[in-house]
Amino acid sequence: MNEPITNADALAPSSKGLFQERWDILKRNRMAYASFWFLMFLLGLAVLGKVFTQFVVVFDPKVVRLSEKFLPPLTTFTSTLTPKEDAPTLGIYLLGTDELGRDVFARMLEGTSVSLTVGFVAVGISLTVGIFFGGVAGFYGRMKLGFLTVDTLIMRFVDIMLCFPTFFLILTVVALLPPSIYNIMIVIGLTSWMGTARFVRAEFLSLRDQDFVIAARSQAIPEWRIIFIHMVPNAIAPVLVSATIGVATAILTESSLSFLGFGVQPPDATWGNILADGKTFLFDAPWLTFIPGFTILFVVLAFNLCGEGLREAFNPKLRSAP
Amino acid sequence: MINFILRNIWQRIILLIFISIISHAIVHLAPGEPALVDPSNPRMKPEDIQRIRTAFHLDEPLHIQYVYWVQDLFTGELKSFKDNQPVMGKIWQRFLNSLPLFLIGTLITWFLAFPVGIRAALNRDSMFDRTSTFFSYALISIPGFFLSYLCIIFMVKTFDVPVIGMQTFGLEEAPLLFRSMDRVWHLTIPALMSAIAGTAILSRYVRSQMLEVIHQDYIRTARAKGLPEDQVIYRHGLRNALLPFITMFGLTIPGLIGGSVIFETIFAWPGMGRLGFEAILARDFPVILTLNFFSAVLVLLGTLISDVLYAVADPRIKF
Repeated sequence: MNEPITNADALAPSSKGLFQERWDILKRNRMAYASFWFLMFLLGLAVLGKVFTQFVVVFDPKVVRLSEKFLPPLTTFTSTLTPKEDAPTLGIYLLGTDELGRDVFARMLEGTSVSLTVGFVAVGISLTVGIFFGGVAGFYGRMKLGFLTVDTLIMRFVDIMLCFPTFFLILTVVALLPPSIYNIMIVIGLTSWMGTARFVRAEFLSLRDQDFVIAARSQAIPEWRIIFIHMVPNAIAPVLVSATIGVATAILTESSLSFLGFGVQPPDATWGNILADGKTFLFDAPWLTFIPGFTILFVVLAFNLCGEGLREAFNPKLRSAP
Repeated sequence: MINFILRNIWQRIILLIFISIISHAIVHLAPGEPALVDPSNPRMKPEDIQRIRTAFHLDEPLHIQYVYWVQDLFTGELKSFKDNQPVMGKIWQRFLNSLPLFLIGTLITWFLAFPVGIRAALNRDSMFDRTSTFFSYALISIPGFFLSYLCIIFMVKTFDVPVIGMQTFGLEEAPLLFRSMDRVWHLTIPALMSAIAGTAILSRYVRSQMLEVIHQDYIRTARAKGLPEDQVIYRHGLRNALLPFITMFGLTIPGLIGGSVIFETIFAWPGMGRLGFEAILARDFPVILTLNFFSAVLVLLGTLISDVLYAVADPRIKF
C-alpha cells in the first residue's frame, strides 16, 4: 500500500526539510558552524562540570588551601603543609590557584554550569513572557476591554517597559532584593522580554488570517491550542535566533552585576564573579583576571556568531549569493 | 505637522505618568527600607527608626507617598534621604560631569562607525570586511570592565598618562594649559571605552544598511548615467542609507544615565550613573526615582525627536 508513495518520493526532486535546508546554509558560514560545535562542546562541559564538582567530586572547587595561595597555572602540587587529601586531582593546578588557594580550574568548571544556567533560565523566562504577551496581543488584538483594545493595552505596556533604563532597573531590583541566584535570573528575564513580544505580535498579525488558522478555527479547536500548537511554531524560528544572542547578553549582564558586587554570591562560582574577584589581584595574579575574562569573551563571541549565522540562515534576505 | 507633534507629546506624557507610577511601586515595594540600611548600628533605637519613617512619609500608604514625591519634584523641594540636599541640584551637578563623557563618546562612536561600516559594505567579503566583522563581534562580546582594565594597564604603562577620576589631585594651581591637557587625558580613555560597544554595533548597522541600498535600482541608474563612483556612493547611496540612523540617534540619548554605571565606577567619574548606583546602595529613594524619571523623559524625548526628524528628512512620510 505504501509502494506508490515511496515511488513518487524517489521520482520527485530531492526535497529537503526546512531545518535540513537551513542547516546546510549554516554549514556554509564556517565561523558560525564552528561556534555551534564549540557551544555544543561547552554544554557537554557544563554537564560534566556539574557532575564532577558536585555529585562525584573529582575537582573540588571549595577546598581552601591557605598555604597554596596565588600559584600560577600548571604548578605541580608539592606542598607539605596541605594534607594529601586536599591535593588537586592529577597533582597539578591546571589553571593555578586564587587568593584562598582554591583550584581555579575546578571553580571555572563549576562556573560553566552556573553561568550557562543563568543565561538559559533568564532567556527562558523572557521567551515565555514575551511569547505569551506577544501572542495574546497578536491573536486577541481586536478584542475590546472597555475603551481600549487588548493590543493597545499590551503594546503600551511594552513601550513603558522599554523606557526603563534596563541595566539601571536590573541593578535597582537586584540591589533591593535579597541576593540570590534565582532573583538575578528572574530579573534579567523580566527586563528583556519586550523584543520577543514585539516580534511574536508582528508574526501573529500576519499569521492569524492565514488559511491554516481559519481551518483550525473551523474545526472548533480551542483557542489556546490554536495559539500555542498551531501558530507559535510558525512564528518561533526568528525568536529562537534572537534568544541565542539573548543568552550571550545575559551572561554579560551577570558579569557586570558581579563587577558591582550584586552578581551571583559566593560560594557559587560563575565566570563573572571569578573575574570580578580576580581584578583585585590583577598585578600579583593576572591569570585570575585573564582566564575568566577570555572565557567569557570566547563563549559570548561564540553565542553571537552562532546567533548571527542562524539569523542569516533563517532570513533569506540577508543571505549572500551562494 | 503641529497636530502630529502635539498628539505625540500628549501620548508620551501619559506614558510618562504610568512609568513614574510603576517605578515608584517597584522601588517602594521591594524589601529594604532607608531606615534599615544600617541595622547593626547600636545607636539606632526603634524610636529613631520611627522618627525617620515619619520624616520621610514612609508610614503613609503608597499612593499618598507618590503624591508627595510628585509634589516635591515639581516644586523643586525634593530632598535626598541621605544628606538632605536638594535632589535637583545633585542631579544637575552630576549631569554636567556626565555630559562631556557622553558627548565625546557619541562623537567617537559615530565618527568611527560610519567609515568602517561603509568601507566594509563596499568591499563585501574582502579581508577588511571579514576582520571588521570579527572585531565588532569580539568587542560586543568582551565584558566592558575587563577591557577597561586591560586598557588602563596598557595606557598607564606605555604612555604614563593619568586615567582615573576627572582630574589629577593637586593640579588645581597649575597653568591652564596643563590643566586642560590633564582634563583631556582623563576624558579620553573613559569616553573611548564607553564608545567601543556602541561603535561595534553601529558599524554593523551601517554595513547592512549600505548593503541594502547599494543594490537598489536608483544606484544602478546613477552608475549608468556615468556619475563618478564617489558621488554615487555618498550622494545617492549614503543619504538614503542614513534614514534609519535618525532613529538610532534619538535612542542613544538615554545612554547618558543607564549605560554609564560600569564605566563611571571603573574610572571613578562622578557622573549620573554613579549617582544612581550610590543612591541604590543607600536606598535613597528620591534620587533613584528622580533619575529613573529623567531617564524615561530622555527616552521619550529621544523617540519624539527621531520621529519628527524622520518625518522632516523623509518626504515619503505623510501625516
